[in-house]
Amino acid sequence: MTDVLNATKITKRFGGLVAVHDVDFTIPEGSIVSLIGPNGAGKTTFFNIIAGIYDPTAGSIDFHGENMIARARRAWLEPFLWLTPPAILLLITLAISTSGNQVLTGLGIVFTILTLLGSMVTGVSRPLAYQRAIRRFGIFRSARPNDMVVAGLGRTFQNIRLFANMTAMDNVLVGMHSRLKTTWIDALLSTPRDRREEKTSRVRANELLTLVGLKGRGDVVAKNLPYGDQRRLEIARALASDPKLLLLDEPTAGMNPNETANLTRLIGRLRSELGLTVLLIEHDMRVVMGISDRVTVLDHGERIAEGTPDEVRRDPKVIEAYLGTPPA
Amino acid sequence: MKQLRARWTAFRSRSHTFAEHHRSATIVITMLIAAILLIFLPRIPPLNAIQGANPWYDAFANAGVFVLLAMGLNVVVGLAGLLDLGYAAFFAIGAYTYAYSNSPFSGLDLPFFPMLLVGAAVAAVFGIALGAPTLRLRGDYLAIMTLGFGEIVPIVFVNSDPYTRGTNGIGGIYRPEALPFFGEFSPLTSFNYMVVMIFIVTVAMMLLYRLHDSRIGRAWMAIREDELAAAANGINTVLTKLLAFALGATTSGLAGVFNASKLTIVSPDQFSFSVSFTVLAMVIVGGMGNIWGVAAGAFIVYLIQVVLLKQLNTIAETINLPALDLGPIHFDLAKINFTDYQYLLFGIALVLMMLKRPEGLFPSQARRAELHAAEDLGANDPALVGALGEAPGSDELTGGSEGGS
Repeated sequence: MTDVLNATKITKRFGGLVAVHDVDFTIPEGSIVSLIGPNGAGKTTFFNIIAGIYDPTAGSIDFHGENMIARARRAWLEPFLWLTPPAILLLITLAISTSGNQVLTGLGIVFTILTLLGSMVTGVSRPLAYQRAIRRFGIFRSARPNDMVVAGLGRTFQNIRLFANMTAMDNVLVGMHSRLKTTWIDALLSTPRDRREEKTSRVRANELLTLVGLKGRGDVVAKNLPYGDQRRLEIARALASDPKLLLLDEPTAGMNPNETANLTRLIGRLRSELGLTVLLIEHDMRVVMGISDRVTVLDHGERIAEGTPDEVRRDPKVIEAYLGTPPA
Repeated sequence: MKQLRARWTAFRSRSHTFAEHHRSATIVITMLIAAILLIFLPRIPPLNAIQGANPWYDAFANAGVFVLLAMGLNVVVGLAGLLDLGYAAFFAIGAYTYAYSNSPFSGLDLPFFPMLLVGAAVAAVFGIALGAPTLRLRGDYLAIMTLGFGEIVPIVFVNSDPYTRGTNGIGGIYRPEALPFFGEFSPLTSFNYMVVMIFIVTVAMMLLYRLHDSRIGRAWMAIREDELAAAANGINTVLTKLLAFALGATTSGLAGVFNASKLTIVSPDQFSFSVSFTVLAMVIVGGMGNIWGVAAGAFIVYLIQVVLLKQLNTIAETINLPALDLGPIHFDLAKINFTDYQYLLFGIALVLMMLKRPEGLFPSQARRAELHAAEDLGANDPALVGALGEAPGSDELTGGSEGGS
C-alpha cells in the first residue's frame, strides 16, 4: 500500500508558541486515519498546514510522492526570474531602436510591457505548472490551498464555512471549480464546451447532493439549511473536487447521536464506494474508535501515540493526556 | 379579475423560465424594447413638454456611459466583493487613450469603433498592472489603495503638461466616422450616439451575464462570501480577483472612449473622485450584484441628477412663490439652483436607502436574502440581526489564505 500523504518532522511556531512540534505522520491509501487529542493540542493547526493554509516552520509534506509543502527555498531568486523575459525583450528593443525603425521599436515596447505584465500575473497567481517549472531553478514555494485541491485534497472546516448566501447547488458547483475546464473566454462566447460542461457538472452536483442525503434540496440557500444538512453540504462540496484525500475537521460536532451515526455510515461509504482516503479530526470517541484504521494522538503539539484504535485506547500516555496523572 | 391575476402569474412564471434558459435572447429583446421606448418617448407628452427630443437623446447617451460604468463596477464590487473607490481612473485612461489617437493634439485620426476596443484594452492593462501587486490586500486596505490610484491618475494628467495640456485638457477630438443607415455623427444631434450606446450596453450586458452564470461568476461570488473557503475549494483567488478587476477596468475604459468622443474634449476634472463615488452610489442604489438592477439604477439616478433637478429649477420659477423674508433669513424658491444641491439630495437618498431598503432598488436574490435574514426567521430583534450577520468561523483563521506568499 502506498502512502497518499507523508509528513516528516512538521513544526509550526506562532511567535513563541509551538503549536505543532516535530510531528511525523503518514496516511496509507484507502485508509481512514483519525487525529485526536485534547483541546489546543494542535490538531487543526496541523490540518491547516496539510491543506496549504499555513506554511510550516520546519519539515515537509509529500502528497502522492510529490513534495508540496515545506519552507520556501531560494525565494529571493523568484523576482529575478520574473524580470528576465521582459529584460531580454527590453534589450532587444533598445538594439532595434538604434536602427531607427519606429514601427519595430513601438512593437518592441508593447511586447516588453505585455511580457512584464504576463510575468507579473503568473508570479502572483502562481499556477501549479509555474510552481513545478521554478523548481528546476531550485526555487521552492509551498503549495497554497487551491494548489492542494488541484493536487487532490478536499477539506471541510471545523466551523462550517459554506457560501452562506448561495444555493446548495451553487456551493457544490463552486467545489467543482478546479475540475472544470471552461475559461472566461469560453464563458463569454458561450462555446459548446461551456454549455456541455455546465450541463454535466449540474448532473454530477445532483449526484453528490443525493450521496450525502440532500436530494432535491439544491435550490435552498445554504444558510437556510438545518445544521446537520449544512455539515453534509460541506462534505458534498469537498467531494465535488474529486479528491483522493478528504480532510474532515470535526464533522459530527454539534450533532445528535442519530445524526452522528448517519454521518459515520456516510464516511464509511465514502471509502468503500468512492475509494477515498479520509483523515478525521474528531472528539466523539465512538466515531473515532468505530471507523478508524489508525489513530494518532496529539498533545501540546507533539505526537504522543500512534496505532490501531485498541492500542491507542490502552496507551497510558493517552489516558494521561485526557484524564491527567493518577495520584501516586 | 381572479382569472386575470392567475393568468398574469402564469405568464410571469413562464417568462421567468424563458429568461433563465435564454438569457442572451431575453437581453436582446428587452434592450430592443428599451431602444424603441427611448427613441419614441421623448417625442410624445409628457416628456416632450420638458425638453426637445435631442436633449433627451443626449441625456440618454450620457446616462448610457454611467450604465456601462456601473455595470463594470458591479463586477468588482457587487460580484467579487472588492471595494473600488478609484474607478474613475480607468475611465480617464480610456478617455485619454482615445484623445491621443484621435485629435489635432497628436495628429492622429484613428477609426472610432476599433479604438473602443483598444481603449478598453489599455484600461485593462492598467487594471492588471494595478491589481497584480495589490489584490492580496483585503477590505479597507484595498479600498484605500484604489482611492489613491483614483486620485493619482487625474493628478498625473494635470501635471504632465507637455503631454496632456494639463488642466486645459485635450480638445477638438474628431467625431466618429458615419454609421451605415444612421449617417453622420453631427454636433447637433445625439441620436447616433444614443444608438451606439444602446448597442454597446446590450453587448456588454450579454457578456457580463454569461460570465455571471458561469464557473467564473460562481467563483467571484464564492470569494465575496468567504475568501478562505473559496481558496480551500480550489479557486485561485488572486487570479479570479484579478480577472474581476481587469474586467471592471475594461468596461470603464470602453465608457471612457465613448465619453471622450461624445464630448470631443477630455480634461482631468472630468475624472474626479465624485465620478467614482457617483458610480459606486449607483451600484448600491441599483442593487449590488444584480446586473439588470445596477443598469436600471444607474440610468434612473443619472436622469434624476441631470434632468429632474434642472426641471425643478424651471418649475420653481414658473410657480413663482412669493419670497419669504424673515430678517436674516431670505428664502426665495425661484432663486434656488437645485443642481447645486445634487450631492445633498444624493446623500439623503443614500441614507434613506440604507435605512429602508439596504439591498437596493432591484436586488439580486442573494443580497435580499442576506439583508433580510432576520425577518425571514421572524425575528425583529436587531441584536439577532447582528448575530446572524457574523460570518461563521471568522475567528478561526485571520488572513491566512495567502500564507504561502
